[in-house]
Amino acid sequence: MSEIKITIDGKTCSAKPGQTVLEAARNCGIYIPTLCHFEGLKPSGSCRICTVRINGRYAAACTQPAVEGMIIENAVPDIEEMRKELIEMLFVEGNHVCPACEKSGNCELQALAYRYEIFSPRFPFLFPKKEVDARTPKIYLDRNRCILCLRCVEKFRTADGKKIFAVTQRGLNSSIEIDKKLAARMSEDDARKAMDICPVGAILRKETGFVIPIGKRRFDHKPIGSEIEEGGGGRK
Amino acid sequence: MGSYKKILKVHAKDKGNLLEIIRDVQAREGYVSEAALSDIADYLDLSEAEVKGVASFYHFFSLQPRGRTTVYLDDSITSRLKGRSRVASAFEEEAGCRFGQVTADGAIGLFPASCIGMNDQEPAALINGLVFTDLTPDKARVIVRGLKNGKSIHELAEEMMPGRGQSELFRNMAALNIRQKGPVLFAPFETGSAVRKIASLNPGQVIDKIKCSTLLGRGGAGFPTGLKWEICRNQDGPKRFIFANADEGEPGTFKDRVILTEIPQLVFEGMAVAGYAVGAEEGILYLRAEYAYLRSHLEAVLDEMRRAGVLGKNIAGNRSFNFDVKIKMGAGAYICGEESALIESAEGKRGDPRDRPPYPVQVGYLGRPTTVNNVETLAAAARIIVEGACWFKTMGTIKSAGTKLLSVSGDCARPGVFEVEFGIRLEELLNLAGADRPSAVQVGGPSGTCVAPAGFNRKICFEDLATGGSVIIFGPGRDIFQVVENFMDFFIEESCGRCTPCRVGNTLMKLKLGKIIQGRGTKTDLRQLEELGKMIKATSRCGLGQSSPNPILTTMENFPELYQARLRPDADFAPDFDFAQALKPGCQAAGRECPETEHEDE
Repeated sequence: MSEIKITIDGKTCSAKPGQTVLEAARNCGIYIPTLCHFEGLKPSGSCRICTVRINGRYAAACTQPAVEGMIIENAVPDIEEMRKELIEMLFVEGNHVCPACEKSGNCELQALAYRYEIFSPRFPFLFPKKEVDARTPKIYLDRNRCILCLRCVEKFRTADGKKIFAVTQRGLNSSIEIDKKLAARMSEDDARKAMDICPVGAILRKETGFVIPIGKRRFDHKPIGSEIEEGGGGRK
Repeated sequence: MGSYKKILKVHAKDKGNLLEIIRDVQAREGYVSEAALSDIADYLDLSEAEVKGVASFYHFFSLQPRGRTTVYLDDSITSRLKGRSRVASAFEEEAGCRFGQVTADGAIGLFPASCIGMNDQEPAALINGLVFTDLTPDKARVIVRGLKNGKSIHELAEEMMPGRGQSELFRNMAALNIRQKGPVLFAPFETGSAVRKIASLNPGQVIDKIKCSTLLGRGGAGFPTGLKWEICRNQDGPKRFIFANADEGEPGTFKDRVILTEIPQLVFEGMAVAGYAVGAEEGILYLRAEYAYLRSHLEAVLDEMRRAGVLGKNIAGNRSFNFDVKIKMGAGAYICGEESALIESAEGKRGDPRDRPPYPVQVGYLGRPTTVNNVETLAAAARIIVEGACWFKTMGTIKSAGTKLLSVSGDCARPGVFEVEFGIRLEELLNLAGADRPSAVQVGGPSGTCVAPAGFNRKICFEDLATGGSVIIFGPGRDIFQVVENFMDFFIEESCGRCTPCRVGNTLMKLKLGKIIQGRGTKTDLRQLEELGKMIKATSRCGLGQSSPNPILTTMENFPELYQARLRPDADFAPDFDFAQALKPGCQAAGRECPETEHEDE
């Protein structure tokens, strides 16, 4: 099938049939911020930070297939403001203490907060009581930092399809549960992958930490998204 | 111990049966224990975490004991306006425990419930699946004393809820309150006449008939039914499904309960028509858990229809017309009225809505093309087949043909269901219902619009005030902020939590609203509240979050004076954080004098 042409903030981009708006944008050097999205996983459409306006209607770029002729607004002031609000919501619904977090510098939520120049959220902190689950041999699950991106839920299944991570409860009480029996059988490699796939510091490996020192981490020198923009688009 | 294990074997080893299994365990044990979670997981080849995820999602499942008898007292605004708090106190005093708790001997548990579909006879409660309506403190005491004296809840229901329906199978039912019968739904209908009529037509002709009638979905969204059927039919693949959405959860709506009680034949026949049109042989009625007491009656109706050849094989002698219906139960979740969440739930999962596209008509139940229609839509479709598209279009407005069944409740003399033509002015409806000088009318439930008297000349139809059927009337002197707060609590309670704006934003809106109601807000807060509402609507993943700010946004628009009156005149900005208030507990503990706070404790 032929290439699809779409326009993002005035720039014409091409997409292959079946590609999402997000994928097309990235190939085109345009950064649409994401948090729940992870390359290679089915998008969960949960964080909504990739919200764009397509022909006047809002949609999540990570789940929306590109369709010929779409006119897409991405880095426009009102949408950027909404993204900022969403990031702030994630901060106030949890208990995020960056200086004490092993993930600092590798944390995508923190990196987005820097990119969006968030000094203090506009919303009141909800100070929820969250439980830390350290019952499994290789992993700590610190729900204070969880943003319910569902990457771990989607990624980790046993060979016969059982989920190792699952969501329990509902609404603001939604909480990630780690299956005690199945987690006990996770390999070192799985534990490392679980920590790496977590965009924040909710999944941490036991008995190891700060292998890469602060100052040499992913987002310590360049803002999140710059790798995409340097590939073509360029930040203003 | 072990008694629930027999329950497992009753159900096939199919992950799709997870809700049914949990429901039976819950009914037998009063809760789902860790041991049960583990055994269910093993039986269905799921992880324990997954089973816990499902068991903790739905209102009527619980991981902690809820008592051998569990009282779910409706917590909707109408229940509150009709004296819920006194009824609740009577339950608490007589039982000896508070709401949210179980008595020490484990006999009785008291819990709140979102609207249970009895808004025309509140306060109402579901007790072990049976419904008790028009409750008073005295009735509450009779129920608890009866239970303590060894009466069964069935005996109490027999005594207190006289049977009034067409079926012996649920004599203890609620009143129907059919106030006005219209020409589409509550007109004489001969069972089998619609399937006989289409037996000589091809599916395309049936779809054309429905398209020609311009029938729009009755659940509230108003999608063209014929188009939905056509898209579903045009999908590749051998198998398709028809769902009847009987999960009316919008507070204030109860019309589907009345339809399923009085004219289920029309709904099932509508499903058969839809099945023939889209090429589906299996239909599923997804019935909300609150209406579980209707199930045996509905099963009996299905049996009757099978015996009459209206369902089953070779319907009306047409060898390519096979269709049957089974019933799947919900477990208490407003979100499952959203069609993709409903499908997830029917598959035995949490009721999280899906991302669209693909739409359910493309990839639905078990990955197959699936048509989900409201029960009222299906009933209307069966009537259109018999009477014709032109007949249907003589009623209603140009864009909203036919009639609508409205559930009217609140402050009026004649609450109940009214079948009216689309286009009826709100004031006419208020007259029919005997509403005396209402101060506000909520059209479409919490996700709809709060209309002020200046808007009572507006019309109920898709062009103006669209509604799935809920109309709640608030009389003179009612506190609109109490209504708005109740509606926001409802959305906070019912959000599935999947997406950020709905999960977090509704709570933040409620906090900001509280600040304004308490007189601590400024015009900056009002502006921020509006912006936040618009943002939640724009970014939310499904219809719940896209409408959850409406209670606040529509009252800000239609009752601006109420908000203005609460604003601080002396400041343009006041921090959300009340420093003195936060210090108070500390000061009290230390025995120091507290700084002056800006507002008193509630």
